[in-house]
Amino acid sequence: METAATEKKSARSMGELVAVVEALIFVADEPITSKLIAEVLEEDKDSIDAAVAELEKEYEARESGLQIREIAAGWQIATRTELHEDVRKFLKTRPSAKLSLASLETLAVIAYKQPVTVPEILEIRGVQSASAIKTLLEKRLIVTKGHKETVGRPMQYGTSKEFLIQFGLKDLTELPSIEDFEDLAS
Amino acid sequence: MEPKQELEQFVFDFHKETAEIVAESRDELKIKLGEFAGPLDLLLFLIRQEQANIFDIPISRITDEYLQYIRLMKSLDIAVAADFLVMAATLIEIKSKMLLPRDPMAPPEEEMEDPRKELVDRLLEYEKFKAAAQMLHEKTTIEQAVFQRGKIESDEANAEINATVFDIITVFQKILVRHRDEIKMEIAREEISLSDMIKTLKRRIFEEMEVDILKFFEEMQSKRELVTAFIAVLEIVRTESVKLTQKSTFGEIIIKAVTNGNSSH
Repeated sequence: METAATEKKSARSMGELVAVVEALIFVADEPITSKLIAEVLEEDKDSIDAAVAELEKEYEARESGLQIREIAAGWQIATRTELHEDVRKFLKTRPSAKLSLASLETLAVIAYKQPVTVPEILEIRGVQSASAIKTLLEKRLIVTKGHKETVGRPMQYGTSKEFLIQFGLKDLTELPSIEDFEDLAS
Repeated sequence: MEPKQELEQFVFDFHKETAEIVAESRDELKIKLGEFAGPLDLLLFLIRQEQANIFDIPISRITDEYLQYIRLMKSLDIAVAADFLVMAATLIEIKSKMLLPRDPMAPPEEEMEDPRKELVDRLLEYEKFKAAAQMLHEKTTIEQAVFQRGKIESDEANAEINATVFDIITVFQKILVRHRDEIKMEIAREEISLSDMIKTLKRRIFEEMEVDILKFFEEMQSKRELVTAFIAVLEIVRTESVKLTQKSTFGEIIIKAVTNGNSSH
C-alpha cells in the first residue's frame, strides 16, 4: 500500500503502545533505550517517550509495587525502594557493602576525573590503588580508555555502563558536581 | 511474638579503633588498623580528632601523632605502610621547614609561602573525593533496595559476552595458582614451540569447533608450556577468524571458529 507514505503515524492506539512498551521494558535484561524500543516497534522515538511517560503516570496513580526508572540512558522496571524489607524477606538476601572503602574512593576519583591514569589517582588518594583498580575491573565498573600520550604512556581508566546501572544513574551528569562536596569538607 | 528486627544501617564506620582483618581480594588478607583508606585519610582523622583548623594545622603535634600511629601499623601491613611512610617524611619536612628562621635578607614584602600549603591543598582535594566515595556508597545502598526480575530464557540470554584480554589473564592466573599447588618432579623434556602450540590449538579448534581455554590450559604440563599456550591463544585470536566468548563474568572462556566462509586455511 502506498498510501501509508504520507501519514506514517502509529497504527497502535496510545493504550496499545503503552502496553507493548511496558512488555518490552519488562523483558529487557538491561535498561532499554527509547531508541531501541522505537526500532523494534517501528514507531518514532517521541511516541515511545510519550508512552513511557504515560506508563510512569499509571504506576504512580495506582501506587504500584513497581516503578519505571531511567538508568544508563534506558528504561527499567524494578520494585519500589520502600518495599525492600518484604522483598528481601522473600529473597532471603541481606544488604551488604559490596566495595571496600579503598575501592569506593578509587571509583569516585575515576568517576570524576575520567579518563584518569594510575599516577593521577595516586596523587589524589595518596596511596597505591592497584588492588582497588583490579577489583573494579573485575566487577566491570571501570574500563580502560586507552593510553595517555605522555611519558610512559600510562593506561587511562573510566567508568562503564555497568557503573551507571549498579549505581542507579541515568548518566554521568547525574552525579553531583565534585565542587558540591567542598561544603562538606572541614 | 518475635522481636522487631532493627533496620540495618550501612554507614561506613570510617575510623574503627580496633585492628581488624580486611579481605581485600580473594588471594590476600590484609590487616588494617582501623579503616583508613590512606595516609591522607589518617591525617584528616588526626586533625579532626585534635579539633584543629585544617588551614592552620599544628604540624608538630600532628606529626608526632601520625608517627605514633605509623609505628603501630608498620609491623602489620608493609605495603600500606610504604605510602604512609612517604607522608611521614613529608610531615617531617614541613615541620623542619617551619622551624627554620625566616631569611632576614629576603625582601620584606615577599610573603614566604606557608610550607603547609601544598599539604592543605591535597587534604582539601582528597576530602572531596572521600565525600564522593561516601555518596557512591549511599547510592549502592539505595540500589540494593531495588530489585529487577531474574533472567529470561532466550537465545540472547545464551549469547556471548565478549571476553576481554583481561578475562583471559584472569583465567590464566587461576591456572597458574593451581599449578603452583601441584608439586611435580621436574623432568627434562622437549618443550613445545610456539608455532607447534599454535598448530595444535588450531587443529583442536577446527576439529572440535569449540575449545574451552581453561581446559586447554590445564592440559599443559609445565609453566613454560602454559605460557606458550597463553601466547598461542592471544596470537590465534589476533590473526585467525576465531571468536572468544564467555557466558558469564568469570565463566569459562570458549574459543570458537568463525564458520562463515573466509577462514584462511
